[in-house]
Amino acid sequence: MLEAILVLAGLAVVFGLLLGFAAIRFKIEGDPVVDKIDAILPQTQCGQCTYAGCRPYAEAIASGEADINQCPPGGEQVIIELADLLDREPKPLNEEHGTEKEAKTVVIIDEEICIGCTLCIQACPVDAILGAAKQMHTVIADECTGCDLCIPPCPVDCIYIVPIEETLETWTWPYPDSEQDQEEETGDA
Amino acid sequence: MRKLNAFHGGLKLEGHKQISIQEPIITAEIPEELIHPLHQHIGDTAQPIVEVGDRVLTGQMIAQAEGFISAPVHAASSGTVIAIEPRLVAHPSSIKDTCIVIKTDGKDEWIETTPHNEDYKRMDPSGLRNLIRDSGVVGLGGAGFPSYIKLNPGAKNGISTLILNGAECEPYITCDAALMIERPREIIDGLLIMRHALQAKVCLIGIEDNKPEAIQAMQQALTLQEKTIIDVITIPTRYPAGSEKQLIKTLTNIELNANQLPVHNGIVVHNVATAAAVGHAVLLGKPLISRIVTVTGAAIDRPNNYDVRLGTSMQVLSRQAELQSHKMERLVVGGPMMGFEITELESPVLKTTNCLLTITAEELPQEMHAMPCIRCGDCIRVCPANLLPQQLYWHARAKDFEKLQQYSLFDCIECGCCTYVCPSHIPLVHYYRFAKTEIGAQERDRKKSDIARQRHEFNQYRAERKKQDDEERRRKKKELLKKSQQSEHKQDAIAAALARVNAKKEKAPANTDIDNKKETNQ
Repeated sequence: MLEAILVLAGLAVVFGLLLGFAAIRFKIEGDPVVDKIDAILPQTQCGQCTYAGCRPYAEAIASGEADINQCPPGGEQVIIELADLLDREPKPLNEEHGTEKEAKTVVIIDEEICIGCTLCIQACPVDAILGAAKQMHTVIADECTGCDLCIPPCPVDCIYIVPIEETLETWTWPYPDSEQDQEEETGDA
Repeated sequence: MRKLNAFHGGLKLEGHKQISIQEPIITAEIPEELIHPLHQHIGDTAQPIVEVGDRVLTGQMIAQAEGFISAPVHAASSGTVIAIEPRLVAHPSSIKDTCIVIKTDGKDEWIETTPHNEDYKRMDPSGLRNLIRDSGVVGLGGAGFPSYIKLNPGAKNGISTLILNGAECEPYITCDAALMIERPREIIDGLLIMRHALQAKVCLIGIEDNKPEAIQAMQQALTLQEKTIIDVITIPTRYPAGSEKQLIKTLTNIELNANQLPVHNGIVVHNVATAAAVGHAVLLGKPLISRIVTVTGAAIDRPNNYDVRLGTSMQVLSRQAELQSHKMERLVVGGPMMGFEITELESPVLKTTNCLLTITAEELPQEMHAMPCIRCGDCIRVCPANLLPQQLYWHARAKDFEKLQQYSLFDCIECGCCTYVCPSHIPLVHYYRFAKTEIGAQERDRKKSDIARQRHEFNQYRAERKKQDDEERRRKKKELLKKSQQSEHKQDAIAAALARVNAKKEKAPANTDIDNKKETNQ
């Protein structure tokens, strides 16, 4: 009886030490779940989720503070991926935060009207606007995430939203949907 | 005799090749308007170097290559540039692409060319490649990959085998066969130049056995000396024998997956028409401005191979071939297996356009609705890439892109064999194309969002740094203020001390006075 207790106690101590050592030796800096969530989010940095950017939103999701359906730019795709990662049920996008855009957009500055006030430059979360005080400003279209945060501060309303045009390189084959309907019909029969 | 190896799967298809190969190649007329798209190849779009209103000569470069994988575009006839604007191009998306439009003057005046004749043997391979690059030669078999890149053997890999692809396995198409029958010498001259650039040991020309005239013509064109290094090989007719990987398997028994390039195994494959274009570029100094296009199908009254200037609209070309538009139900660019349907005839002939195929209402298979997959496994038996088309179909339908990559979706060559045999008429290849382009789009998005993340993080870091700097500055200012206030106290103290010292001075020796002065200065 005593030997058994001693052996078990001994084992407990050994494993306890081993686990304790492993916890220190293999400690991971930061929260890996946050990184994984952040990798899924579209990095628009638009703040429509009510958080200051994609990373703060990722942190809020990880801590259970925010729901997974608050990202309009990511839309259905992001919700499904998040649900997959966090093992939750996917749900429709929360309309309070906005609706999913039909096509990706960027902004352009009407350079004729721009007065060079730099307000949009300060609002841009990804430094995609170029210019200086009292100089013409312009948007680097390749870097623009389409967050539209630069539009409200503009005092002369010279920033417009334009959809990104599809090119031969970005075009994708459509989903072969006609067949799907057929199949469902025959499936019912 | 070389031992041939059969690749997995494949189909025996009705050739329909006799329709378009009865007569010699017809030189098509130069149209009034030439439309030159800037993107006719794999890689970066070429950049225009002419402006609207410029007069250009035949063979003049009008757009230059941009980036490493790119090819320039040349004017196919002399005339005036009348527009640089988006025009319809033959593409399944019917998206408009930027084109340089030339109004021809009918003179067809050539730009000055520098023929190299036999000099090329003294040129170093790199110079030869640059010459071929500047001539705008891309793979004419269909993919349109810039040829000069495939003529670089690389530092490590020696090239043992240079294969010329004359298989032309797709039904209806006969442009390569016509070229081999009528201009075998041009192909062989080009092949010898390619061999020089690659320093390849052996050259093989693979031709399907349903083209005996082509095989005979090629063999007769070879001199005795050339026969020691060039071997014309008859391969069995089985679709898709002309696909690069399947041809390599047939001739060398080496199998390659999607991540392996033939060059890593010391093999390079070029199309026969590409070889002829390389020959033109080097021997005559003439860039790629024309190609042979098969115009065929039951709605064409003069089905044949046409030597067409690039940029000729399909409308002009089909008119010459006497298209009966009332009979035509569908127009396909490429062959019946891998081609795509277009609805507008305005688009121009590109470097990669090998065939215009018309389909009449009678030929059109009865509109078959897709039925559920019955898991018969026919697609697996015919897949030449050894894939599981059925599994790919399920995952593509469910948009499970990760699984698709596990099942080697990118090894699929989109040959269409699986769709052809599917008893449920499921458009399988359409699913794979959808999935491939969708995965590509997701990867692009991922890259873009990574950049956005970096830029945002830097933006925040900068804001944080500015805040800290501001704070630091404020703190310093405060300190300075404090110091100066303190120093006022100090000065009072010093003044008081001075007064005391002065009072003592009268009694004390003079040398301490200097020290005191120093202190006040400080």
